[in-house]
Amino acid sequence: MKERLQELQQEALDKVNEATTLEALQTIRVSYLGKKGPITEVLRGMGKLSPEERPVIGELANKVREAIANQLDNKKADLEAQALEKKLETEKIDVTLPGRPVSVGGPHLLTSIVEEIEDLFIGMGFEVREGPEVETDYYNFEALNLPKDHPARDMQDSFYITEDLLLRTHTSPVQARTMNEYKGNKPVKMICPGKVYRRDTDDATHSHQFTQVEGLYVDKDVRMSDLKGVLNQFAKQFFGEEREIRLRPSFFPFTEPSVEMDISCKVCHGEGCSVCKQTGWIEILGGGMVHPRVLEMAGYDPTVYSGFAFGMGPERIAMLKYGVDDIRHFYTNDVRFLKQYHKA
Amino acid sequence: MLVSLNWLKNYVDLQGLPPESLADKITKTGIEVEGIDYVAAKSTNVVVGYVESCEKHPDADKLNVCQVNVGEETLQIVCGAPNVAAGQKVVVAKPGAVLPGNFKIKKAKLRGVESNGMICSLQELGIVEKFVPKDVAEGIFVLPNDVEAGADALQLLNLDDAILELGLTPNRSDALSMLGVAYEVAAILDVDVKLPDTSVSMIEAKATDEVGLTVDAPELNPYYAAFVIKDIKVGPSPLWMRNYLIAAGIRPINNVVDITNYVLLEYGQPLHAFDFDTFGSDEIVVRRAKQNETMTTLDDQTRDLTTDHLVITNGQEPTALAGVMGGANAEVSDTTTTVLLEAAYFDPKAVRIASKHHGLRSESSARFEKGIDPNRVYAAGLRACQLLAAHANGTVLSDPVIFDRLDKSEKQVTIETTRINERLGTDMTDEEIAIILKKLGFTFEQDGEKFDVAIPTRRQDISQFEDMLEEVARIYGYDHLPYTLPQGAAQAGGLTKAQELKRFVKNYFEGAGLKEAITYSLTTTNRAQMLVSPEIKAQSVTPIRLAMPMSEEHSTLRLSILPEMLDSLAYNLARKQANLGYYEVGTVFISEEEKVTKQPKELLRAGAAVTGEWLAHPWQQEKKAADFFLIKGILEGLFDRLHVDATFEPTKIDGMHPGRTAIVKVGHTVIGFVGQVHPKLQKDFDLKDTFVFDIDLEYLIEQHENEPSFNKIPRFPTVTRDIALVVDETVSAGDIQQTIETNAGPLLKEIQVFDLYQGDRLEAGKKSLAFHLLYLDPERTLTDDEVEASYQTILTAVQDAHKAELRS
Repeated sequence: MKERLQELQQEALDKVNEATTLEALQTIRVSYLGKKGPITEVLRGMGKLSPEERPVIGELANKVREAIANQLDNKKADLEAQALEKKLETEKIDVTLPGRPVSVGGPHLLTSIVEEIEDLFIGMGFEVREGPEVETDYYNFEALNLPKDHPARDMQDSFYITEDLLLRTHTSPVQARTMNEYKGNKPVKMICPGKVYRRDTDDATHSHQFTQVEGLYVDKDVRMSDLKGVLNQFAKQFFGEEREIRLRPSFFPFTEPSVEMDISCKVCHGEGCSVCKQTGWIEILGGGMVHPRVLEMAGYDPTVYSGFAFGMGPERIAMLKYGVDDIRHFYTNDVRFLKQYHKA
Repeated sequence: MLVSLNWLKNYVDLQGLPPESLADKITKTGIEVEGIDYVAAKSTNVVVGYVESCEKHPDADKLNVCQVNVGEETLQIVCGAPNVAAGQKVVVAKPGAVLPGNFKIKKAKLRGVESNGMICSLQELGIVEKFVPKDVAEGIFVLPNDVEAGADALQLLNLDDAILELGLTPNRSDALSMLGVAYEVAAILDVDVKLPDTSVSMIEAKATDEVGLTVDAPELNPYYAAFVIKDIKVGPSPLWMRNYLIAAGIRPINNVVDITNYVLLEYGQPLHAFDFDTFGSDEIVVRRAKQNETMTTLDDQTRDLTTDHLVITNGQEPTALAGVMGGANAEVSDTTTTVLLEAAYFDPKAVRIASKHHGLRSESSARFEKGIDPNRVYAAGLRACQLLAAHANGTVLSDPVIFDRLDKSEKQVTIETTRINERLGTDMTDEEIAIILKKLGFTFEQDGEKFDVAIPTRRQDISQFEDMLEEVARIYGYDHLPYTLPQGAAQAGGLTKAQELKRFVKNYFEGAGLKEAITYSLTTTNRAQMLVSPEIKAQSVTPIRLAMPMSEEHSTLRLSILPEMLDSLAYNLARKQANLGYYEVGTVFISEEEKVTKQPKELLRAGAAVTGEWLAHPWQQEKKAADFFLIKGILEGLFDRLHVDATFEPTKIDGMHPGRTAIVKVGHTVIGFVGQVHPKLQKDFDLKDTFVFDIDLEYLIEQHENEPSFNKIPRFPTVTRDIALVVDETVSAGDIQQTIETNAGPLLKEIQVFDLYQGDRLEAGKKSLAFHLLYLDPERTLTDDEVEASYQTILTAVQDAHKAELRS
């Protein structure tokens, strides 16, 4: 009986080893380990054995079963792995084919620049203010020290709607409005981005509609050196640590002293090249100390309060930063232009 | 303002600075030098030649063969100029010369005759055509006879000059004169200004005996001086003067006119010379013009005048439009012998009004408009008399006629060192401030740190502390200001909730696949009325038109973002970019009045447009054209993110497809619309099928509830039941959904349409709609009975409301 069991084990293991399909393994499992299989049959004859022999044979039979079952499991795992490998082989795809395009949009370049400027100044404690695009003559001009017949009004020919209403020519009216709202007794620290309009014929460098970001800081004891420090911090963060700034005297009716700020040319680092017209510097923005008349009209006492203001054009900045060659690109919405700036 | 450095040297020592470094210093101190013109300074080998003989070329009618003595040698030169003649002193470019434009002169043969150089015109020497005197515009330039053959002609013609182009800001009109620039440069270089000599010998005879003066409008003309100069011989002005005028961009005409222009440039004081013999009387009357009076100006134009205009008259009729242009009747001509010279101060505003009215911006009006130096008017008159005596044979009568009510006093401004330092962030000493004031040429009285500064009248732009602050700062040097950060109390910056929400919405659109567009707010009147959302239309009485548009294209403020966006789509389509999705967030402008009198309402809207293929994957033959449900899906996604409960109802809007457009409502409020553009309008714009929405972003932002609150994540499973209904095809899915929602009871959490069928398997005119119904009780597991009860209620309700039948 013992021999018979060992014989059966060998026979089954051989068959398992030879099997090549899962079905064959199942047949072997049923035929050897099933209720009608030879091992069961052998065990049925146990009754004839002596009480001493019975446990020995029983244990042997279990071992044989276990060995066969183990081998079956191992072989099954092998065959399954092979089958999977084969299946995966047939599932092979050309991974070099293009993927399914995802429809992704993105912001306009001007928005990216404006938001970057906003975030830089928010970091310095500024709030963002907005105002109407159709302005009154008072806020657009008079409150900014540009009375009627002022020669400086020549500088900005405007789109009037009525004698008193016009499309704002700069975002500076928002400064006057904010100061008025703050009633002359608390500090103002704000920037105001927005659309502005001037009577220009559209060409490569002019646009009747464009964007401006202006900043205003009014408090007690604000110094011109603070303007220089804040603009320097902005320039370095926005254009790069290695860029230098330079202030030049200029003129704006709403600031006194007035400045224009240049940054060192990225291309030649101040040596002079065609980008900076041989000067080594590129004009970026205008600003100055808020004119006492402007403070006064907005209800701030110019002997107590002082402040600085500045303004810049995101179109110009974009043209300098990215080499955009025509301001009209910002408004035709040519998708080939817009897409270039949807990247990080 | 063009500034010849050779001319400037007469008033201020430039200390041998190269033009570039001088320009750099001027720019940094306050006046931007926009360019430097070297004229012919880089040219060589250009000398004076004496034309010894001039004979016709044997083989060419228009050419002459000249023997020209150039000092050490005599050169044979073939010349084509019509005005060349023997005995002239001319400008010769010798072989090897390089003229402006890198034009090299070589020996050559012209029609068989050797030519060793070129006799030059002023144009060939780099002078701009319009500044060349008319008598030599067509030929070579002829020099005065007293110059020596062989001498450096560039120096003689002042072409070795460097000319600075100053970009003057409106406040710095003081630099509209050579003297003004000299003061500026003197402050920068810390040197003195040398004023021109104005000494003039006058004869005993008095001008006051020859001419009378009445000023009827002293408010517009507080100062008028009239000089009389006799024995004038009109002819060319001296070469140096012509050179300087050309350098400054003024064409020389004759000695009298040139002298008035020269003094205008030197002093910044416009002068006018009348021919006294044709003046028409011996009485000058300055008055406001009469309404409907006319006059003929020097340019032979008839000018209509009003009482806003100031005129100089002979008592009868105008002889000049004050400060703007002289009259044709008393113009100086070749035969003029007596000059009546005017040196006056005219009111800036009056001159501005007149020059604007007549479209005449002259060198004179530009200066009067900005305010001239009251203390230079008389001196400039004297200077002109001196020059007329020296260069036009003039005899100057004594006792000029003068009317004078002009305030010539100097303004006083007080500054203190402490206050200057506080405002600039510097630590200047009293001594440093005093040095800066001296450099500026300002006189002052110092008492410790306090300076009472007398502002010279040439600086009309300075009247208060801040103006002086700028003067001190710019001479101190903006470069030397320290970098500091504000000392004020720190405050947190940030965006408002509305601004954050606006960014959120824009980011959402971009995530949904739309590209941001920015279009013009100004459009055509026609487009301004296109695709206007009903709630906007209800408020807007009329589109807002500009008073004076530059073109119809940008004449009217938009009421919708969409028309210009469609234009952008068309622009791209024309460039073979067919698959497009845009959004824009921007303002529209609503006037609630027929005739605009107050600021319009400005509303923030969001518009979007999609066209072409959406999500195409070519090699898998997948193409999904943009359609109504794409654009609606984007909008629904937005509403979901903003937790807005919006409904869509079919509607008709001008310019939109009548069967594929819905208004969007929140509760009873219409906030916009969505749909397909009308095929006719699509055609007008050259577009294919285009789907758009336009919604009121301001409303969405205003209505937005703050943070969403936490909803427990359900621990119990949802139960799903499906219901498929057959209804008439006119019944909308939205209506059925509405009925289900109202009748299902609180356990129904969500309804999803998952099938729409119309076709053979149904009766004609019918459609089948199938819905997933999702039930949930967050507190316990639902029983079949509860769900079944709700399902049955729903079924009865839709049968009643929509004659719906359960699809078998």
